[in-house]
Amino acid sequence: MVTAAELLASAAFRDGKVAQAFPSFGSERMGAPVTAFCRISTISIRSREPVGHPNVLLILDSTLLHQMDVFRGLSDQGIVLMNSTRKVEELGLKDWMFQHPEVEFYSFPASDLAERHLGRSISNVGMVSGFASITGALTKESVQSAIKEKFPGKLGEVNALVADEAFEYVSSHPVQA
Amino acid sequence: MKQQIEGSQAVAQAVALCRPEVMACYPISPQTHIVETLSRKVKAGEIGNCQFLNVESEIGALSVLIGASAMGARTYTATTSQGLLFMAEAVYNAAGLGLPIVMTIANRAVGSPINIWNDHSDSMAMRDAGWLQLFAEDNQEALDLHIQAFRLAEELSCPVMVCMDGYILTHAFEAVDLPVQEQVDAFLPPFEPVQVLDPQDPISIGAMVGPEAFAEVRYLAHHKHLQALEAIPRISQEFQEIFQRPSGGLLKLYSTDEAETLLLALGSVNGTIKDAVDDLRAEGWPVGAIQLCSYRPFPSHALRYAIQNAKRVIVIEKDLAVGKGGIVSSEVKLALQGLPTLVDTVIAGLGGRPISKAAIIDIVKAACLEGLEEPHFLDLNWEAINRELTRQAGQRRSGPTPENLLREMGLSGGKTV
Repeated sequence: MVTAAELLASAAFRDGKVAQAFPSFGSERMGAPVTAFCRISTISIRSREPVGHPNVLLILDSTLLHQMDVFRGLSDQGIVLMNSTRKVEELGLKDWMFQHPEVEFYSFPASDLAERHLGRSISNVGMVSGFASITGALTKESVQSAIKEKFPGKLGEVNALVADEAFEYVSSHPVQA
Repeated sequence: MKQQIEGSQAVAQAVALCRPEVMACYPISPQTHIVETLSRKVKAGEIGNCQFLNVESEIGALSVLIGASAMGARTYTATTSQGLLFMAEAVYNAAGLGLPIVMTIANRAVGSPINIWNDHSDSMAMRDAGWLQLFAEDNQEALDLHIQAFRLAEELSCPVMVCMDGYILTHAFEAVDLPVQEQVDAFLPPFEPVQVLDPQDPISIGAMVGPEAFAEVRYLAHHKHLQALEAIPRISQEFQEIFQRPSGGLLKLYSTDEAETLLLALGSVNGTIKDAVDDLRAEGWPVGAIQLCSYRPFPSHALRYAIQNAKRVIVIEKDLAVGKGGIVSSEVKLALQGLPTLVDTVIAGLGGRPISKAAIIDIVKAACLEGLEEPHFLDLNWEAINRELTRQAGQRRSGPTPENLLREMGLSGGKTV
């Protein structure tokens, strides 16, 4: 999660943008829900408060849907990218979608993608690449370059492959409404 | 060169460029990433003539550095919160001995109740120990202040704490301009100590001083801080000439022209304050801000000069003098003695509670329109407090306060009483 925010900021930086990423500083316990934030801008970012009203929400663990209000503060015209093998209607979000008609909702199996290439179901790289694909806020090249810097060597190459596939997957699957 | 990196990495890179010779460190969140990175750099031979000691405790860390600094080595460590309090005795000793040690404080609340998040309780507890305390607004400034800190410390022969907000800065990824070795070398000459323990030329350091001379020694420590009031802006200016950016200094003004109300704060919240000031200005409120970069020495004269024409100063501080209220605001009041300027205290951000732009805007409007009670606690949950006070009044064995409050708020806590 924290790595995902870091990769977003790193890729934005490569695109010549200003970016700030930071974790929610929760208790240091494995398995505890973690939130991380990223701001991307063309002007300097001074604010230090957590992002309260995101334009885009990346949900790396869909089981959190039933533990907390993950959508709190999301912009009415926001975008949600969910790491899941299920479709929106299978996630029990039909009512929520009906109440938020302008939210664009994407669900895609980032963990499965990573599992196939890395043997580990780490969704961060796929989600970041999916974000780039949906929003166009980051170039594919910058995402690749950020990944390769974060994960040097072979690991970086495999992760870059995951990113590529995620990018294609998300761009070839329409918005689910 | 600009890089998008974590604040802790930026600081570690800056410290490495300052060519430290002895580092003794004990990890504690949120400082850990800094000392981990430095230990790796030393092991990889990336920092020339440097020894890194893994010590058993914080008081061990600073005690090692006291010895090393007295031997003429350039020394560095980092700590926070309980770690700083655990080294308290050595903190006073380092200053009393006039040893130019540089220490990062990744500011964090002090327990109990145990809390790992950011506020300024830790370095505030050591504010009178004799160290210079410089506060960074962002990671660029945190990086820059470390380079300035070695220069200041060694020129004055006085230890310096560089305070940066734990997590908010230490764990934030943002772009920083990393200097090159030649720039740092041009700014920071080799350490030329004023006192050295040398077996070839033995002296003693750390004499017992009785009532005859103790006050004089203490005055000279105070005098050093008066000299620092002159050295800090001068060194900040020299830094700007070499590194081509402003950083540090005693205080920084933002949008203060014609300002009737000024916000004053230490550290990273100044970024959010600037955004709030812009919004308030756009609505027609004559508001500005002052970032206090040097908390020790306390720049009373510079502050008085900067504030004198304002009607009101709202001090937003991430600390609490229990039984009194504001720490920084009390000092600001003293600096403004005799002036009609009103000083408000806003206690905010304790134990990591976020300080939002909206809350800052609201508090400015409330202060200007209705005035604030003294001190004002930002965003306090009075309902939960009053319930707990009622409970305590109702029974002698009311149980532990933190656990009671957590339960009141529906969070995890102790057993039901």
